[in-house]
Parts: sequence; C-alpha cells; structure tokens
Amino acid sequence: MPAFEVNGKTYNVDEDGFLEEPGVWTKEVATDFAGCEGVTELTENHWKVINYLRNYYLQFGIAPMIRKLCKETGFKLNEIYAMFPSGPAKGACKLAGLPKPTGCV
Amino acid sequence: MANENGKRPTPLLDELEKGPWPSFVTEIRKTSDVSPMCDDLLGQLELSYEEKKGHWKHGGIVGVLGYGGGVIGRYSDVPEQFPNVAHFHTMRINQPSGWFYTSDALRTLCDIWERHGSGLTNMHGSTGDIVFLGTKTDELEPAFKELTEAGFDLGGSGSCLRTPSCCVGPARCEWACYDTMKLCNDLTQAYQDELHRPPFPYKYKIKCAGCPNDCVAAAARADLSVIGTWKDDIQQDDAAVSEYVANGLDIQKDVCERCPTHCMSWNGEKLTIENRECVRCMHCINVMPKALLPGKERGATLLIGAKAPIVNGALLSSVLVPFVPAEELQETIEELNKRIWEFWDENGKNRERVGELIQRVGMANFLDAIGLDPIPEMVTAPRDNPYIYFQEKQASEEESK
Repeated sequence: MPAFEVNGKTYNVDEDGFLEEPGVWTKEVATDFAGCEGVTELTENHWKVINYLRNYYLQFGIAPMIRKLCKETGFKLNEIYAMFPSGPAKGACKLAGLPKPTGCV
Repeated sequence: MANENGKRPTPLLDELEKGPWPSFVTEIRKTSDVSPMCDDLLGQLELSYEEKKGHWKHGGIVGVLGYGGGVIGRYSDVPEQFPNVAHFHTMRINQPSGWFYTSDALRTLCDIWERHGSGLTNMHGSTGDIVFLGTKTDELEPAFKELTEAGFDLGGSGSCLRTPSCCVGPARCEWACYDTMKLCNDLTQAYQDELHRPPFPYKYKIKCAGCPNDCVAAAARADLSVIGTWKDDIQQDDAAVSEYVANGLDIQKDVCERCPTHCMSWNGEKLTIENRECVRCMHCINVMPKALLPGKERGATLLIGAKAPIVNGALLSSVLVPFVPAEELQETIEELNKRIWEFWDENGKNRERVGELIQRVGMANFLDAIGLDPIPEMVTAPRDNPYIYFQEKQASEEESK
C-alpha cells in the first residue's frame, strides 16, 4: 500500500493518492492533500465544495453526480475546475477524503 | 526462467504470431526496443492467458490539470512481477476530422509517445481518437505539454462529450450530403468545455456520416447520429445505366429486386425510380455509382440514442429530425443538444445513456421535454404500425374528401 507523506504525517493511500480509510478524514487532511492537486490555498469556496462532498458521502456512501454538486453548491463546472484544477472527481473528492469515485473508461 | 535472448518465454502468445494474418503480439514485440514496457506487457498478458484472468485493475483516476477526461488510468495488479507496467495509462488524442495527417504530423506524434510512453499506439480506437497506450503518471503532464505545443489536444473519456468523429466526407466521396469534416470540427470547437470536463450522467457521442452508408457507424454507436441524406430525387444518368447493362449488370436481379421498398422498375431499356417510396438505403447507388447519385437538395437526418453493448444491451438510434438542410446543421444540433442535455442531466441516472433514458421514460415524454412534436418519420414503418391510430376527426375528414 503506498503511503503519502506530508508535513511530518503519513497517510495510507491507494495508487491514485486517495485516502484508504475515509473514516480517518479531518480538515487537516484536506489541507495536507491540497498541494498535490494543484490547490495553493483553501478558500471559503473550496470548503463549501469539500464540505458538501463530505456530507453527501457520509449520508449516501457515494460521491454525488456532477450535476448535483454544481446545483447544490451554486458553482458552475468551470468554476470548480478553476478551484480544483485536477477536477471534481480527482481533486475535490480526494481533498474531501472520499474513496476513489468509480469512473468509467 | 528466461529465453537465450534474456526474455521471458511466452508460449501461449507465440501461437498468436503463427499464420498469415497480422498479429498484435508481433507488433508489440517490434516496439520492445523502444520501451521496456512492451516486454512486461506481453509477460503480463501471457500470465493472464495461463490463469484465464485479467491483471489490470479497474478504474484509475489520473489526468492532466484543467481536464477531467482524456486519460484512462490503468494499473497492474501484479506490479512486483511486471514493474514496467505497474502504471499503464492510456491517453486519448483528438484526431483530425476524417483522419487526415501529414507524415510529419504522424512522426511528431510517434516521437512524443516514444519519449513519454510505451511507443505503442492504436490508430485509431473505436471512439475515433488516436490512442496512446501505456505511460506512467509522471509522464502525463510532459506528454500533454508536448502534444499541445504540436497543435494536438486530448480527446474525451468518462462522462464527457466524446471526441466527435466523422467519415472522410466530401474530401474523397461524392456521396457526402454535407461537409462532415467541417461539421465535426466545428462541433469539436464549440464543445470544448463538455469534451474536457465531464458534465453528463455518462458518455455522449456525436458521429457525422456523410450519407446513409454510414461509414462511421453513427446509427449503431452515436448518441446523436448525423447521417447525410437528400430530399429530392436520385440523380440518374440513363446513358450510364445502359453502360452498366452493356457490361453485364443484371439490373432486375441485382438492383430492382434488392431494393427494400421495391421502388424501382426496369423494363429492359429504362430504369424508373419511384422516388417517393425510396428509403435512402443507398443500395442502387452503391451498385451503379456512375449512373446514380444522391439528389441535389442535401442535408442530414438527426437520430438519437444508439449505443454499443456495454453496461446494458445495444441500441440503434431512432429518427429525431428527418431532414435538416446542410447549412443549418450546426445551429440545429447545438439547439437540440442543449435541450437533450438539460433533460438528460436532470433525469438521467448515473451511467445511463440518453437512449436508455428514452427507453425508461418513453419517447413521448422525451419528445415533450425537448419540445419536438412526434411525426411519422420517427416510426420505423408508420404504415404498418398497429400502434398508430387515426383520430376519429382525422378519419372523417379523410372520408369527406
């Protein structure tokens, strides 16, 4: 299992860098993971997205569909990409400590 | 265990190199001096053949900054045995319309991929894209940078608008009923957001075929199929018809009797086409390309909902707009897509194609939602269809005429 080391801490992650145990997430995780997803500073808007994802995941056990994320947070898709350059699935979900979203080819 | 050349033996794969036909094993082996990935790739495949079990993990999430699609993550589940293919991501590159390249462009592409990946390519994948097979996560950004500097861009993957594709159209084919390459390129440019940043419940494909021969299989695989057609009569050159007869073509047997609607007749001297009955199957035109041509009033039919058999079964597309004049295609498609996407985004389940959504909610509700009226052209055989009733009023009006 790969490990991700940052700020003197070690996280167990999968090969794409997603947290292996979503339960260990704290706000610190988001701050620690931000750098490797091209996010320089976590603003209030970032937290709005992260918290929405986190709460949705805790309630339903999966990541929301993209349409829902945009609608509920009020951000357009390109605004989300501006905040999280690696995108909502890879960037925002990783910072929110969700397991890797099941993508498709 | 190694052969005298130091390579792992692959007896099962070697079988695939026998016989006169092309072999992907031979092709991969040829590339093994470019990248050590190739030998491990074959090694892992040999292991899969031995164990009858795939060794790629499903669904990695990797990409380049700013894009949510274009890279398909692949990881080996036996990286200790095959370290060179521990990562083996695929990059999709947007192909030029009609797949035309200068040899210079092809060399540039191959050079980039030899520097940043396995050197193995697939020209082209069934999506139409150039497929670059096999690279490591660290190489994605450098490869992307070189590609964009050379004027290329990534294609679509995941729940994106997939890279629009088209047949060669008017570049090489007199049957093209509209400029497929221009439309494909214009749509690609118009939809850069949807192509690179997945906004949909699942994939959405647009394919542009110039005529009903449908060389890009739009009717079978595209969520929105644009298939060239004509409104007026088939252009007919009687002298050329006679020439075909003189050269031994049996028009009665090979043309008239094979017409699905029997709309043509041959009296031994003249071919008569009842154009009202023609369903644009292209058979007669394909048999006598010098004598018959599509009509002059050209455009395209727009169809909705095809998909290949993945997740659920295959669907063929069905007619949405029977005829759009060539010059109005871009505008019509953009307006239509806007409405279709709005309804699909709002109502589609995760990984539900638009064709499946239509099956689930019913075509009538779908048409209502996108603001189109149902018309007979949407039904395969309206005259035979027992589900189409004449309203009483309509019937009595007919009688009184």
